Amino acid sequence: MSDDKPGPGRTPEKKEEGAAVTAGTGSAAAKKVASQPIVRPSGPDRVPRRTLVAWLAIGWLAFGASMAAYGAMFVRFLFPNVLFEPKQSFLAGFPDEYVVGAVSERWKVSQAVWIVRDTETLYVLSTVCTHLGCTPNWLENEGKFKCPCHGSGFYKTGINFEGPAPRPLERFRVALTDSGEILVDKTKKFQQEKGEWTQPESFLAV
Amino acid sequence: MPKAKKSFLAPITESQIYRSIMRVGIPSTRRERMMIVLSNVFIHLHPARIPKHAVKVKYTWCMGGLTFFIFLVLTVTGILLMFYYRPVTEYAYGDIIDLKEQVPLGIMREIHRWGAHLMVITVWLHMFRVFMTGSYKPPREFNWGVGVVLLLLTMFLSFTGYLLPWDQLAIWAITVGSRMAGATPFIGTSGPGSALLALGDVNFVHEASDARFAMLGGRFVGEATLLRFYVLHCIGLPFIIMIFMIVHFWRVRKDGGISGPT
Repeated sequence: MSDDKPGPGRTPEKKEEGAAVTAGTGSAAAKKVASQPIVRPSGPDRVPRRTLVAWLAIGWLAFGASMAAYGAMFVRFLFPNVLFEPKQSFLAGFPDEYVVGAVSERWKVSQAVWIVRDTETLYVLSTVCTHLGCTPNWLENEGKFKCPCHGSGFYKTGINFEGPAPRPLERFRVALTDSGEILVDKTKKFQQEKGEWTQPESFLAV
Repeated sequence: MPKAKKSFLAPITESQIYRSIMRVGIPSTRRERMMIVLSNVFIHLHPARIPKHAVKVKYTWCMGGLTFFIFLVLTVTGILLMFYYRPVTEYAYGDIIDLKEQVPLGIMREIHRWGAHLMVITVWLHMFRVFMTGSYKPPREFNWGVGVVLLLLTMFLSFTGYLLPWDQLAIWAITVGSRMAGATPFIGTSGPGSALLALGDVNFVHEASDARFAMLGGRFVGEATLLRFYVLHCIGLPFIIMIFMIVHFWRVRKDGGISGPT
C-alpha cells in the first residue's frame, strides 16, 4: 500500500526490525508526517468518500435488518404451530348423562372443566381458580369448590364466597349439536362479573 | 540481595517445565509479587494489591465472594445432576427419587438445592451490605444496576430450577408464579392494554400467544414447560448470568476496587 508512495517521512529510522515497532519511534514518525502536506490517493483506484460512506451505510443497514429478522425468528420459534394439548372444544355426551343437582368431575382431569346440571340449566365451569390458577377440589359434603393453594371457596354456581379469589369461576360456551350431544367450546368464556352469565350460550336449558 | 541456600526443591522449580508454567519463582520483592499476579490468568482476576480494609469481613461480610463461590458449587453439582436427571414428565420425578435413594452420593442433589437457597440469601445480604455502606454511590452507580440484573437472573434461575423435581409443589408453584407473566402489560392476556393489540375481532394476545405462553410453551404447565425450564436453567440463564458477572467483577476493579470506609 505505502510502497507506491514513499513519502519523505516514511523511510527514516530503520534501525532494527524490533525497535521500529516501539511507541517512541512511532510517535516521532507521526510528528514528521504531520508537518508534510497530506497526500490523498488518486487515480482509478480511488474510492470517493461519499461512495464509501454510502456503501458503509448500506452494509450496516443490511446487517442490522438481517439481525432484526433473526430476532423476529428467535421470538417466533418459541411459539409452536402444533400443541400437544387437548383440543379447545369437545363433545361431552348427552345431557341425560348428567345427574340433576350434581357436579360432574368426568372432564376435570382431561379437559379442566366441571359440568354442573340443575333443574333447568346445564353449565360448564372452568377448573382454574380465579386467584392464581390452581385447581380447586369439589367438596360434595360441603357443597363447595375449595382451592388447596390459598383457600378460595366457590359455590356450586361458581360464585366466590371465601378466600382471596377476586371473582367467580369462569364458564365456557356450551351448545347442543344436531345429534343432541353437548358441545363444550373453551375458546369462548363467560364472566359473571361482566354480566355474561345471562347470555344464551353460557348455559344450556334442559 | 544475597542468594540464600538453594532449596531442595530447586531441581523442580528451576526446571524448564516448571519455569514455562510459572514465569516467576517464589517472590521475594514487591515487583515479583506483582509479576505473579499479572502473569497468571486466574490470579490476575484478583487485584494485584488490595487496601487493608478490603479483607475486613466485618465491613463486606464477603457476601459477594460467597455468592460467587456458591455459584461455582451450584455449577459443579448441577452438571453432576444432569448425568442422572431427564427433563421428561415420565421420568423427572422418578429421577429425583433415584438420586435421593439409589445414586451414590445423591446428596449432590441436596447440596444443589440448599446451595440454591443459600445463594438467594447471600445475594440479598450482599445487596443489603452494599446499600448500607453506600457503595452504590458514584462511581459505582452502573455496577449497582448490573447487580440488580444479577439479582433478577438469580431469582429466575431459582424459579426455573423449582419446577424440575416435577412434584405437586413444583407444578403448582410454577402455575401460580407464571401468572405474573400473564399480567405483563400489552403482551400478557390478563395484563393492561392486551386488548389494544387487536385487528377488528381478531385479538392477537390470547392464551396461546402471550408472554406466559412463550415461557410455558403451552396453555398450562406441562411437558413443554418442563423442557423449556430445564434448558433455561441449565444453559440459557447460566450463560447470561456469567456475562453479567464478568461485567460486574470487572467494574468492581475499574470503579476503584472493593469499597471501604472513607
